[in-house]
Order: sequence, then structure tokens, then C-alpha cells
Amino acid sequence: MLIGKVIGEVVATRKHASHEGQKILYVQVLNLDGSEKGSPCLAVDAVDAGVGDDVLVAQEGWSAMTSVGKPFSPIDMAVVGVIDQVHLSE
Amino acid sequence: MRLGRVVGQVVATRKDDALEGRTLLLIQPLDKQGRDRGRTLVGVDAVGAGAGETIYWCRGREASLAWHPHHAVPTECAIVGIVDSVTID
Amino acid sequence: MLLGRVVGTVVATRKDPRLEGKKLLVVRTVDPVGKDQAGYVVAVDTVSAGFKEKVLLVSGSSARMAGGCRDCPVDTAIVGIVDSVEVSP
Repeated sequence: MLIGKVIGEVVATRKHASHEGQKILYVQVLNLDGSEKGSPCLAVDAVDAGVGDDVLVAQEGWSAMTSVGKPFSPIDMAVVGVIDQVHLSE
Repeated sequence: MRLGRVVGQVVATRKDDALEGRTLLLIQPLDKQGRDRGRTLVGVDAVGAGAGETIYWCRGREASLAWHPHHAVPTECAIVGIVDSVTID
Repeated sequence: MLLGRVVGTVVATRKDPRLEGKKLLVVRTVDPVGKDQAGYVVAVDTVSAGFKEKVLLVSGSSARMAGGCRDCPVDTAIVGIVDSVEVSP
């Protein structure tokens, strides 16, 4: 999993049936120093996260799909946790 | 999933049977500002997207599940949503 | 599988219920001689790894085969604590 920040929300009327009713978050994945890691991505929301939240992003299909109760769906990423704190020792 | 824009279509007569009758679209990935970012790729359309539309696609093995359980389509890129709007804080 | 170095922990109260009780560690990936690489991951610890320990990571769907991770939404797991790595010249 990676650490990301929710920077927005995506609205799509016409979408895959398995995405109906799902909140789709626009998430910027972060490096450990807080800088941005690549372009933002879209993830389904499994934990009612919102804009500004630091989140835990699962990048493996089965984990992502089942976190929103949609196995066998075209879902490759999900927000599976809202991060309270990251402790770094270095 | 990632945001992109449909910039073209690919026509291939000889192709895998499971790709028969499906639309192959050219996708330009977009960055946070909505600008073109990165190389274009080819995706299989699962939602009826058209030229110029902003879309999002699913990548990897999960992409082939867009037609589950009816078909197993050999693709690692499926267009699964047409974007109305992106709200950024 | 990858080699990594434990550099931190993540606390998340609101999370997928299947992650309840799992220890989430921040791991920097390292090369065989122990030099930091650019990436990092948040991994579920299955072997009681500690700060600064060199660990063995498994990623992708195979991570769910790690102890206690069956049917959990886990994409990276720590499955070993590395004693030594021998690099052939």
C-alpha cells in the first residue's frame, strides 16, 4: 500500500456498472517526504474518506475490489484506510 | 484508475477473437491540471466513450474484468468511465 | 520479492475492517547491499519486524498468502527478517 492525499472527487454518470454508487476519489500518491509521486490517480473509496485526508491506498486488484464489495470488477485501486499518523524513525 | 482523454481510435482487422466487435481507443493520460502527460496508450472501451471525451481507465489484470463474467478480454487497459467533472480542493 | 528497511509505522483508525489488528509498517526498498532505493511501501507485518530491520517483502496478490493475510486487502506484506545477503561478484 502507499500513502496518498485525497485532492478531489470524480463525477462520472456513464461508467461501468460495478462503479455505480461508488465514490471515486482523486488521489495524489506521496513520497515519504510529502512530495508528490507521479500523477494523481483514481481510487474507489472504501472508508468514507474526503478531500484533504491522508489515506492508505491499496494498489492490488482483488484487495481494491473486495474493499467495496465488488469482486471481479475493473477496479485497480481503493482507499482502504484514513491515516491518523505516520511515524518515521529516520 | 487514471484520468485521460480519448484522442483517437485504432482499427485492427486481424485480432484476438475476444477483441472482435470492441472499440480500441487511443488514450492520452492527463495530469492534475488537465494537461497531456506521458505516452498515449490503447484501451478497450467498456462504456461507449468517444473522441475528445475525458475518461478514466482501469489498468492491469483487473481491466479484463470489465466484461466479466461474459467475456475474458485480453487487455490491461479498459475505459470504464466517462468523466463529467473533477472537483479539486 | 523485494528487500526493504523498516523506517516507520502508520496509524489508521478508520480502515477496512479486514485490516483491523494488523501492524502497518513503512518500508523503504533497498538494493542488495542495503542502499536505499527511491521507493517505499506500506506493508503489513507478519513476522514481528522492528524499526531499522532489513526485511523481505512480497507484493501483489501473493501478499495475501502471507500468514494471517488470507482474504485481506493487503498488497504488500513483510514475510521475513533478513539476516544476510550475499552478493556474488
